[in-house]
Amino acid sequence: MLRILKKIWRTGTLTEAAPRDSELEALGQQLKRHIDRRFRGSLAIRQVDAGSCNGCELEIHALNNPYYDIERFGVHFVASPRHADALLVTGPVSRHMETALRRTWMATPSPKFVIAAGSCACDGGEFGISYASCGAVENVIPVDVKIPGCPPTPQDLLQGILAALSQK
Amino acid sequence: MSRFNWLAEYLARLEEQRVSVRSGDAACLSPAHCLFLDAEDWGKAARVAAESGFRWAGIWGDPVAEGIVIRAALVQGGDYLVLVTEVPLKNPLIASHTPPFPAANRMERHLQDLLGIGFLDHPDDRRWTRHQAWPEGRYPLRTDFPVAGESQRRTPADSDYPFVQVLGSGVYEIPVGPVHAGIIEPGHFRFQAVGEEVLQLEAHLGYVHKGIEKIAVGRDPVGLARLAGRVSGDTTVAHTWAACMAMERAAGVVVPARGLVIRAVLAERERIANHLGDIGAICNDVGFAFAQLQFSRLREQWLRDNQSVFGHRLLMDCIVPGGVGCDLGDQHKAALQSSFGVLSRELDDLLPILDDHSSLEDRLVSTGTFCATDAKRLGVLGYLGKASGQDYDVRRDHGYAPYDELEVASPCRDEGDVAARLQIRADEIRDSLQLLDRLLQRLPTGPVGLPWPDLSKPQRPAVGLGVVEGWRGEIISYVRFDAHGRVARFFPRDPSWFSWPALEQLIRDNIVPDFPVCNKSINGSYSGQDL
Repeated sequence: MLRILKKIWRTGTLTEAAPRDSELEALGQQLKRHIDRRFRGSLAIRQVDAGSCNGCELEIHALNNPYYDIERFGVHFVASPRHADALLVTGPVSRHMETALRRTWMATPSPKFVIAAGSCACDGGEFGISYASCGAVENVIPVDVKIPGCPPTPQDLLQGILAALSQK
Repeated sequence: MSRFNWLAEYLARLEEQRVSVRSGDAACLSPAHCLFLDAEDWGKAARVAAESGFRWAGIWGDPVAEGIVIRAALVQGGDYLVLVTEVPLKNPLIASHTPPFPAANRMERHLQDLLGIGFLDHPDDRRWTRHQAWPEGRYPLRTDFPVAGESQRRTPADSDYPFVQVLGSGVYEIPVGPVHAGIIEPGHFRFQAVGEEVLQLEAHLGYVHKGIEKIAVGRDPVGLARLAGRVSGDTTVAHTWAACMAMERAAGVVVPARGLVIRAVLAERERIANHLGDIGAICNDVGFAFAQLQFSRLREQWLRDNQSVFGHRLLMDCIVPGGVGCDLGDQHKAALQSSFGVLSRELDDLLPILDDHSSLEDRLVSTGTFCATDAKRLGVLGYLGKASGQDYDVRRDHGYAPYDELEVASPCRDEGDVAARLQIRADEIRDSLQLLDRLLQRLPTGPVGLPWPDLSKPQRPAVGLGVVEGWRGEIISYVRFDAHGRVARFFPRDPSWFSWPALEQLIRDNIVPDFPVCNKSINGSYSGQDL
């Protein structure tokens, strides 16, 4: 136990300030106000992999590591679409996930919004449209904000989520 | 080391069984050896291979004019043997390899769904990769099937897959997925349980089938390398390397030494990044958040180094046909070398804490035990195999450049539980750090890549096979070029084909709440298997 405490103490706090861009800092404060007012301080996101290669998932996971710690903005990932304010969808939508994605979207209570994360989700990416893939997420459900990148970095994701909220 | 010293004996045993080998060829898929068989001898050849202790490593079909060429890979002592036969398109029936090699089960069904090959004596004739996106009797990989598909209507849910049911008093079913509770890939798991105990688990995958094999057709080498890098995003380096190796062997391109060493540096970095993430995640699944935060911190630092040195956090598209697309300057080299020591010291702090933590031991030791017999039977690879007595590592046993000039250590244990799989990962990180150090010390000078030969001139159609050790284990990649140097067939075989059936096996008699940690300890790729 002592070793654990010692390691925690020596590691210290790593969490970084939101991107040091004055525009983004302002956005971050706006975001916090938005979340406080419209979502009672907490924005619940349901992540849906609709056909991704798993690259985007790795970077979405990174949002929870001590460097980004997305929960400090009041953003957290939930286990059910029924608990979610927003869907964060990755991948080209594979035809085998088409109905599952649509059902997940229907299960999310309104008002809701959808963020397409990653190049595949934005425009079909490397996979495009084929017998197995519907391509971009907007071909299946309405999309509010797109975050391009293959995969988008945690920083891109953070900025994209902030941008999505400031539009709302 | 004498290569293929077992081949004469295998051929003699085939002859005893009256299997006529039409010809052998050591050149076309070199360094693998090809044996051309009559279709009716296909099953017998596999039975003899099983009796001789070979490992079954994959099957894929390649549609040609009036038939389908079928190839199956077998491994013995680090040597690769490819059995080849052809069946007519009108009546594509062949014996199944599943009775002697249970590992073949799902890949044969994948071939049945995508190319319409009928496997005689297959113990399970249910569809596997096909859900509802194309009808029964239509086969996407055949040349008459349009890449865009034949129907533009919405694809309904695949709700009537015939799962095996367990009947009895108190038995209940838990359906999970395809959309899971965490930030992970989609797939469906059907549990049959009594109380907390899992009696049976069956996975239904194929949800992220993206038609990779079909959309590869017609690509140029650079395009194929990009696609291979997205077969499974966490294995982007190893899949790209395997695909490039296959293309380079087909086209006779020899990658310069510096390019090869940088490829190995990228592959070891990918291994370490994934293992760091997994160790934290395994501990997190039993509620030990300290380890999750510490290891995700180490992973993040590692990925930031990737970004600053190689320009991409996950190292996507760093490997290109003919070499690598990034070089390593002296300054970067020194920075990397000093980061190895930093990580090593962090592990010196953290791994003993995990080792001595009794509540961790309580949850990980003897959980999800996978015995060596089952591991051999299902042909599992990488850390999953190494934790269950399967001492195989492509880098050491098959010796491709640049590993053939290095001494590669590979850990092996026989406990087969979650704790052993965690320990193998920790040992592999240590070994990879040492390898990285040695690779950088011997970084040769010269170019990092060669330009690809001119594609406009007609050339002989060529095939190539690439085999590398990814972080999950052996990856096999098959490429055939057409006469214009474009890809005519691509099949990447991810190790996850073998780890999903292993998960179903090892979860039995464990409790339902231990499923997440058992699953994480294996960490199969959905995308790499669904293709």
